[in-house]
Amino acid sequence: MSAIATDQSAIHPGNRIYRSRKNVNFLLLAVSSVALLFGLFWLVWILGTLLYEGGTALARTALYYQMTPPPGADGGLANAIAGSLVMVTAGTLIGTPVGILAGTYLAEYGHRGWLAGATRFLNDVLLSAPSIVMGLFVYSVYVAKVGHFSGWAGSIALALLVIPVVVRTTDDMLKLVPNTLREATVALGCPAWKMVVSVTYRAARTGILTGILLAIARISGETAPLLFTALNNQFWSTNMNAPMANLPVVIFQFAMSPYEDWHRLAWGGAALITLTVLVLNILARALFRKSD
Amino acid sequence: MSTATLNSSDAAGAPARADSLPPRRLRSAPWADKAFEWLTRMFAFFVFSLLLAILASLVVGSQLSLEKYGFSFIWSTDWDPVQEKFGALVPIYGTLVTSAIAMIIGVPVSFGIALFLTELSPAWLKRPLGTAIELLAAIPSIIYGMWGLFVFAPLFQTHLQPVMINTLGSVPFFGALFAGPPIGIGMFAAGLILSIMVIPFITAVMRDVFEIVPPMLKESAYGLGATTWEVVWRVVLPYTKVGVIGGIMLGLGRALGETMAVTFVIGNAHRLAVSLNAPGNSIASALANEFTEAVGDLYFSALIELGLILFLITSIVLALAKLLLMRLARGEGTRT
Repeated sequence: MSAIATDQSAIHPGNRIYRSRKNVNFLLLAVSSVALLFGLFWLVWILGTLLYEGGTALARTALYYQMTPPPGADGGLANAIAGSLVMVTAGTLIGTPVGILAGTYLAEYGHRGWLAGATRFLNDVLLSAPSIVMGLFVYSVYVAKVGHFSGWAGSIALALLVIPVVVRTTDDMLKLVPNTLREATVALGCPAWKMVVSVTYRAARTGILTGILLAIARISGETAPLLFTALNNQFWSTNMNAPMANLPVVIFQFAMSPYEDWHRLAWGGAALITLTVLVLNILARALFRKSD
Repeated sequence: MSTATLNSSDAAGAPARADSLPPRRLRSAPWADKAFEWLTRMFAFFVFSLLLAILASLVVGSQLSLEKYGFSFIWSTDWDPVQEKFGALVPIYGTLVTSAIAMIIGVPVSFGIALFLTELSPAWLKRPLGTAIELLAAIPSIIYGMWGLFVFAPLFQTHLQPVMINTLGSVPFFGALFAGPPIGIGMFAAGLILSIMVIPFITAVMRDVFEIVPPMLKESAYGLGATTWEVVWRVVLPYTKVGVIGGIMLGLGRALGETMAVTFVIGNAHRLAVSLNAPGNSIASALANEFTEAVGDLYFSALIELGLILFLITSIVLALAKLLLMRLARGEGTRT
């Protein structure tokens, strides 16, 4: 009982409450560090597997110029890579202007009326909505009407995924442009549309570009919306009105198959997509950080 | 664009000081401003109506099945394309269970990571570590699925799952959840992989809301002798709880709708199993697997109704998340 006498101070090491608080603190902070390691562990494991399994496939030049093979034959992913490039490009070209203009309305004209607030809200819901539902939507409004799967349908589905990302970043980035810049422009006698196009867009340029890059990164790996829209094609095809090969669906099909050589190609494609997406992401971040 | 305005008429309203007129285009094209505003408004309206259009198209597409089964679709476990009997309970159950597992694992881990990044990490490590965690979100979901099927599931089956079945499986009541043969793929594996996928989303929101806590509050608590954990648990978390819940809901919305990762590892069995180690099905993976192979209008319609259910659930969850986050943003600065 003599301990009580010496432990008058709240932070004396002999104070039992203080000690247990310290211990709890130490324990939980250690748990927090373990959580971080847990997160990093999966990242390293997944990327390591991709490099290990996909590395050799990536090094084979045939991957880039041969068509997807039937099981047992030698081949590459040329048609899938081309199809993905075409559809991602088309999707970005369709989705970006829509997203930028809608985002412009939210940031520049949105302070009055209900439309901007409601759009911002629904757009945020759309941003995280399941991409497979976008595929279903495009299937029922386009594929079912036209009667066949097509590259265009795939591009439209991807464009619908680009739009919310671009709307959000455009809105955010335009709102960061200081209002004094707008006032100065208008005070010089500039019409409002010209102010938006040549002053605020320019001020928010890198931010908007970052958003577009992130949108491209997002759709490059999307599989679910392409399953019911672009479908797949075993052969080289640049006809946007016909089913089109694309990397994600080919990976899905090949990985789910029982054939070893298809698995190897699927790993190659997976490594290719992941590298592209990671590079786009890091590029977008670097760009954005430079503008800070 | 500027040539059009330069060329347009400039006659009206020229004041007396004709020699020192401002540039001609100033008063030109009075419609251009209105036109641009309406152009942007039109596109904003397009985005606004997109969600409603998706909803409408799904309702129209699932009409056949809605009429035939009504509400019984939701609690029927049938899924028999041959006899055209369809019910959504199995996929709904699979979706909810895998998302629940993802949340149970993902939320504490995300909290730990956010805590580390905001309170413990040295300043120079913050950015690289934060970026690394965010890169987890950048990896396409099909990669998670493929990795899960070829790399994770076999290891899970031989090492982790037998241990789990032997220890947790023999606990009374609770044990039935883990019983069964170790086959690697199944609802638990799918939930685990989903948890890795939602960690970056929840972490990002938690980190952002933790950072809006006024330093004064934290410093006061530290000044009173609180430990780091006490500051986080008693000051930061109560201050940001609305935002934290919003972040969790955002992660939940993602987990519910995730398709490819789940499709690879859930096993795609239309069976209602108690055990989490048994294969099941989720709404999204049922769609991914069966939609292009569906024959017959009713089958199609039933699949679209599944999509409608998924869309409704995720939209409600995401809308709630957004509302909570908006409430936090509005409260910011008013509380001290």
